[in-house]
Amino acid sequence: MKVTWVKPRYFFEVSKVLFPIFIGLGVFFFAVGLYTALLTSPPDYQQGDAMRIMYVHVPASWMALFAYALLAFLSFFVLVWRSPLAELLAVSIAPIGALFTVLSLVTGSLWGKPMWGAYWVWDARLTSVLVLLFLYSGYWALYKAYTHTDQGIRAASLLALVGVINLPIIKWSVNWWNTLHQPASLTKLSAPSIHPSMLLPLGLMTAAYIFYFFILLILRARTELNKRKLLIQESLT
Amino acid sequence: MKPKHQRLLTLCAGLIGLGIAIFLISIAFRDNLVFFYTPSELSKKTIHPQQHLRVGGIVVTNSVTHDRDNVTFEITDDIKTLKVAYIGLLPDLFREGQGVVVEGHLSEPDVFQAETVLGKHDETYMPKDVADRLKEKGLWRDAR
Repeated sequence: MKVTWVKPRYFFEVSKVLFPIFIGLGVFFFAVGLYTALLTSPPDYQQGDAMRIMYVHVPASWMALFAYALLAFLSFFVLVWRSPLAELLAVSIAPIGALFTVLSLVTGSLWGKPMWGAYWVWDARLTSVLVLLFLYSGYWALYKAYTHTDQGIRAASLLALVGVINLPIIKWSVNWWNTLHQPASLTKLSAPSIHPSMLLPLGLMTAAYIFYFFILLILRARTELNKRKLLIQESLT
Repeated sequence: MKPKHQRLLTLCAGLIGLGIAIFLISIAFRDNLVFFYTPSELSKKTIHPQQHLRVGGIVVTNSVTHDRDNVTFEITDDIKTLKVAYIGLLPDLFREGQGVVVEGHLSEPDVFQAETVLGKHDETYMPKDVADRLKEKGLWRDAR
């Protein structure tokens, strides 16, 4: 299989066009999303205004999982085809994914104290998300542990692939085991347990998070590429 | 065989093996991975008198009694009911008909001495007026 089109150059040409569009849409969705989430949407019948934390917590958790799935997918290409673009993107994604995981853990814990009565409990959902954070940091540590990045990236990619097993565990932990964390409100098969007036801000915030993710990804990938170009120039002179 | 095909095969075989291993481990530890037992699960288990554990259930309506800081209530999973005694502050979500998880030990065969009470929230989110209207129409299902 010839995969010459997955060259970094093409990615950066496409990203040059997409970047301003993503910025525009990202700003738009954050503005509308935060306005509806914090001001116009009704408070919950039981949790009151504390449920508004959900609007930043749930999309952050989704993005943390999405980023990891993407990281693992790219790692597969790194290991099998030694694709330079996959490597560049994977290295750029890992810290962004870790950021969303931290955001999810922190907002969840701020919600947990007033609602559950505890910042943290060792139930299956919370623990498996903490493991996700360790996987992201383990990936980064392994990648940086070698003098040559092409050795580091292979070790790290292997870890990323092994860690994929954690994704279904996170997703279904609330169904497989008794957990303190509530089960999913949005499932494919049944009507959502979230009232439409609350679903709208959640959707808008999710869109905002998605664009924010890709904005960060393009920025980080550009920086990473420039860094590598500089290193090559230095080694030549 | 090209090196990249070899890498592909090794990787796939390794990941499938790992998947099976994790699956078997999680089945073996199924019982240890639960955050809490339900009252009916508890009644089937042999519990040491001072064993530390968590039990979860719905607070039975009209079972809550306050005596200064001492609170007693019953939790149920619709099959078995367990008496709980607790001293301290209750979380915001604690109310009758609501799910809770209590942490502590069995002080008597059928009385649970709780050190911590955690409110358990379900996956339903709705505005207050919608909830009230549902209750009026009698369409309200118990929080579960």
